[in-house]
Amino acid sequence: MRALARAISLVERRDPSIRELEESLRDATHPPGVVGFTGAPGTGKSTLVDGLVALLRKEEKSVAVLATDPNSPFTGGAILGDRIRMQRHALDPRVFIRSMGARGHLGGLSLATREAIRLLGAFGFDQVILETVGVGQSELEVAAVADTTVVVLTPNLGDGVQMIKAGILEIADVFVVNKSDIDGHARVAAELRAMLSLAARQAWKPPIVATVASRQEGIEQVWEAVLAHRRHLESSGQGRRLVEERLRDETAEVAAELARQRVRRALADDPGLSERLLEDGTPYRTAEEILDRKR
Amino acid sequence: MKVRSRSAKQAWEEDFAAGPTREDGIETSTISGVPLKPLYTSEDLPRREEELPGQFPYTRGIHTSGYRGRLWTMRQFSGFATAEETNRRYKYLLANGQTGLSVAFDMPTLMGQDSDAPTSRGEIGHCGVAIDSLADMETLFDGIPLAEITTSMTINSPAAILLCMYIAVAEEQGVPADRLGGTLQNDILKEFIAQKEFIFPPAPSMRLVVDSIEYCAKEVPTWNTISISGYHIREAGSTAAQELAFTLADGMAYVDACLERGMHIDEFASRLSFFFDAHIDFFEEIAKFRAARRIWARWMRERYGARQDRSWKMRFHTQTAGVSLTAQQPELNIARTAIEALAAVLGGTQSLHTNAMDEVLALPTDKSARIALRTQQLLAYESGVANTIDPLGGSYFVEALTDEMERQAEAYFKRIEEMGGVIPAIEASFFQKEIADSAFRYQQELEQKRRLMVGVNEFTVDDEPPIEILRIDPRLESEQVARVRAVRAKRDQARCSNALSRLRKAATGTDNLMPYILEAVRAYATEGEIMQTMVEVFGTYTEQAVV
Amino acid sequence: MSPTAVRPVRIIVAKVGLDGHDRGVKVVARALRDAGYEVIYTGLRQTPEMVVDAALQEDAQVIGLSIHSGAHMTLFPAVVDELKRRKATDIVVFGGGIIPDDDITALKKQGVAEIFTPGTPLQEIVEWLRKRFPEG
Repeated sequence: MRALARAISLVERRDPSIRELEESLRDATHPPGVVGFTGAPGTGKSTLVDGLVALLRKEEKSVAVLATDPNSPFTGGAILGDRIRMQRHALDPRVFIRSMGARGHLGGLSLATREAIRLLGAFGFDQVILETVGVGQSELEVAAVADTTVVVLTPNLGDGVQMIKAGILEIADVFVVNKSDIDGHARVAAELRAMLSLAARQAWKPPIVATVASRQEGIEQVWEAVLAHRRHLESSGQGRRLVEERLRDETAEVAAELARQRVRRALADDPGLSERLLEDGTPYRTAEEILDRKR
Repeated sequence: MKVRSRSAKQAWEEDFAAGPTREDGIETSTISGVPLKPLYTSEDLPRREEELPGQFPYTRGIHTSGYRGRLWTMRQFSGFATAEETNRRYKYLLANGQTGLSVAFDMPTLMGQDSDAPTSRGEIGHCGVAIDSLADMETLFDGIPLAEITTSMTINSPAAILLCMYIAVAEEQGVPADRLGGTLQNDILKEFIAQKEFIFPPAPSMRLVVDSIEYCAKEVPTWNTISISGYHIREAGSTAAQELAFTLADGMAYVDACLERGMHIDEFASRLSFFFDAHIDFFEEIAKFRAARRIWARWMRERYGARQDRSWKMRFHTQTAGVSLTAQQPELNIARTAIEALAAVLGGTQSLHTNAMDEVLALPTDKSARIALRTQQLLAYESGVANTIDPLGGSYFVEALTDEMERQAEAYFKRIEEMGGVIPAIEASFFQKEIADSAFRYQQELEQKRRLMVGVNEFTVDDEPPIEILRIDPRLESEQVARVRAVRAKRDQARCSNALSRLRKAATGTDNLMPYILEAVRAYATEGEIMQTMVEVFGTYTEQAVV
Repeated sequence: MSPTAVRPVRIIVAKVGLDGHDRGVKVVARALRDAGYEVIYTGLRQTPEMVVDAALQEDAQVIGLSIHSGAHMTLFPAVVDELKRRKATDIVVFGGGIIPDDDITALKKQGVAEIFTPGTPLQEIVEWLRKRFPEG
């Protein structure tokens, strides 16, 4: 288990040895099912995830949870507290919980997450749950990685569903209205349905599941919905398309990351280059020059 | 006349502006961050009808005769490891004229665990007495006439169980429950907010509190059912205004819950009591106490429609701030405690505990415990402050600050109401976040020397005393473990398991659980077994921690 | 912030045992975050096994414990022993609480790296960590 944990650390800090590691694990890899949970703070995501882990464990599946919290853009520090909600799985060897700081990088989170998922698959985990607080771009990043994205809402949303960030509704494959024991849950569900009917929707209609995570109610229905979505991905062929698309995207991201590294190194190593860049005042010529160079 | 005083004020303002200002960078706001003017004048005196002690809204005190009629109770809280030792100490105190006892329990007992539970290891007897079953309670009060004394028990999640044990011991002494007097802390809301000794989730926890209040209203009518506490909230790092607001909000939540149960406000309100901190920022504390009385009285009469004045009068116990004590140069703590005690007295507290100087390091020595008590006696008999009721009434500054405390508290009440009440606010981690923020802010002020802690971040000395702590004899742990196992082996198993299964069934319903707990206690079910029975029905609570 | 540059030091911060006084541990967690560390706060009522397990999964380099209950002579060694059992003695253990000097000496002999007593400025804790982990 420590090997896995260390490997994930390497992945998080984008250590170049990752590539070798991935090569060596290539045959061992069987892709785990990935479901992402996102939503505003206080919606009870961690409690839901905890319930889902329990359910999966009852079915004898091994589960990994990757929970992300944002890092401070200034100091790089973070307080990662999602484990607290999953205490009951604390010593279960077939549950692996890892907190990942978003570390302020653009898109960097999803690269690290994708690689971590492959590692988890190689180490034999059946299911991976991604959990993220809905701040910044984190939901989009989760949606880019997960097979199924679950968006969690609760009745006390202030001004209602309209308050939810633009884009969040588009990425949801399943909606969960948690804290459904509170007044107003029916209204949230109704508003969601209204918004969904307005939106130009594709073949999959995201179901709306009511839960009371604190009482462990509705967890099975959430999992049912996730499985239904997976079956849809399979039968419609969309799953396969997504895998291809994502691998292509990921390749582009990795290429971008490599390019970024090359550019920085080149500018650091070659003072003449930096001088010319300053003279130019624009990056384009320099960038192309660096990329054209042999490695 | 008017023209003259205005220009005198102007003159003062000009002189002040032209005069020296200290350059030491120390904050001139209260320790809670309330900005203070250098001077308060008659212009700052709030315009209102004259307030008098013993008259609604009791800003100046709940008793007409204040300390002239009766001094505050000097009630020092203390704890020992075993029931036997504590019993001996009680007898000693009673022989020396004390009529009020106070029980401190150890961590496993506070957390509803038996001494032989694996998580009790290393924790037995450190901060109080280990009580696993009625047998330990019998030892604790052996030879002590419960009809003639009052007892305060500081315990929260398992409070109902301990109260039942007390009642059962009294039964054995032939003392009926309606002759019993004392206080049970029993304030579960502040556990969720600050002290974190919760076990069950909020709803069933509240049910138990209401059960105990309802039961006592009928069966133990002279018992103070709850000590709604701000002390722990303050010690966790809140400001004075937060302590005031959160405590009173908790109080209102309990009142709401009891009313929902169908009780009438005047049936139980007079048995609710409060417990506040007395911190080192002197005037702020006095204002806080005065504002507390005023706010509670208004809410009881105007919002809850209580008709008896007993229901409007807030009674409170105060403890000087443990968190203000330093391990460095501990003798300074005597001075700190005296200042804090003075604030509590000028604030009109009904009873007071003064900390001993070495309490930060260890269980107090006899000498330091005596000094702590003498400090109160000094205040009562030498300083003259008890001769006049609410002597700071009418002070421009104190009256203005009292009003400010009230305003800040009311602002918090509004926010809490908007969140749907205390329990939703707890679940949203509202209080916990406010407290953590205040604690962090204060720590930063200390580190930047904008506030000083004498001996710690300034005026330090190199030669410091070693930290001494109470060493618990390891035999004690194994003895207590043996004791609880012996109780389990000896008892009538059938009676015990029947009682526990009846309790379990009742817990799934809506019956008042007190009689069922009492029966289980009589059958020598252990505290841990009773708690576990309820955990099986209620579940446990994990907090959403905010840092 | 270049992702390849520095490896942030990951610290597990926890309270072991029954004691729930978390004011100090939370203040320290915040200070560590402000100093740039990734703090995994595992909260109250942790057992030594839970703390070590978390440290392993999170690939943390440090475990920080807060104990005010007087049970430090049982709990700190239990954590150190668990690290030995899990073959993770490279993880550094430090802590805070009301702990006498004699006990501090004994605990250090048993493998606890440092104990910070009441009144220690946060800056001192941060500096100690920086010296211990210069690359973090």
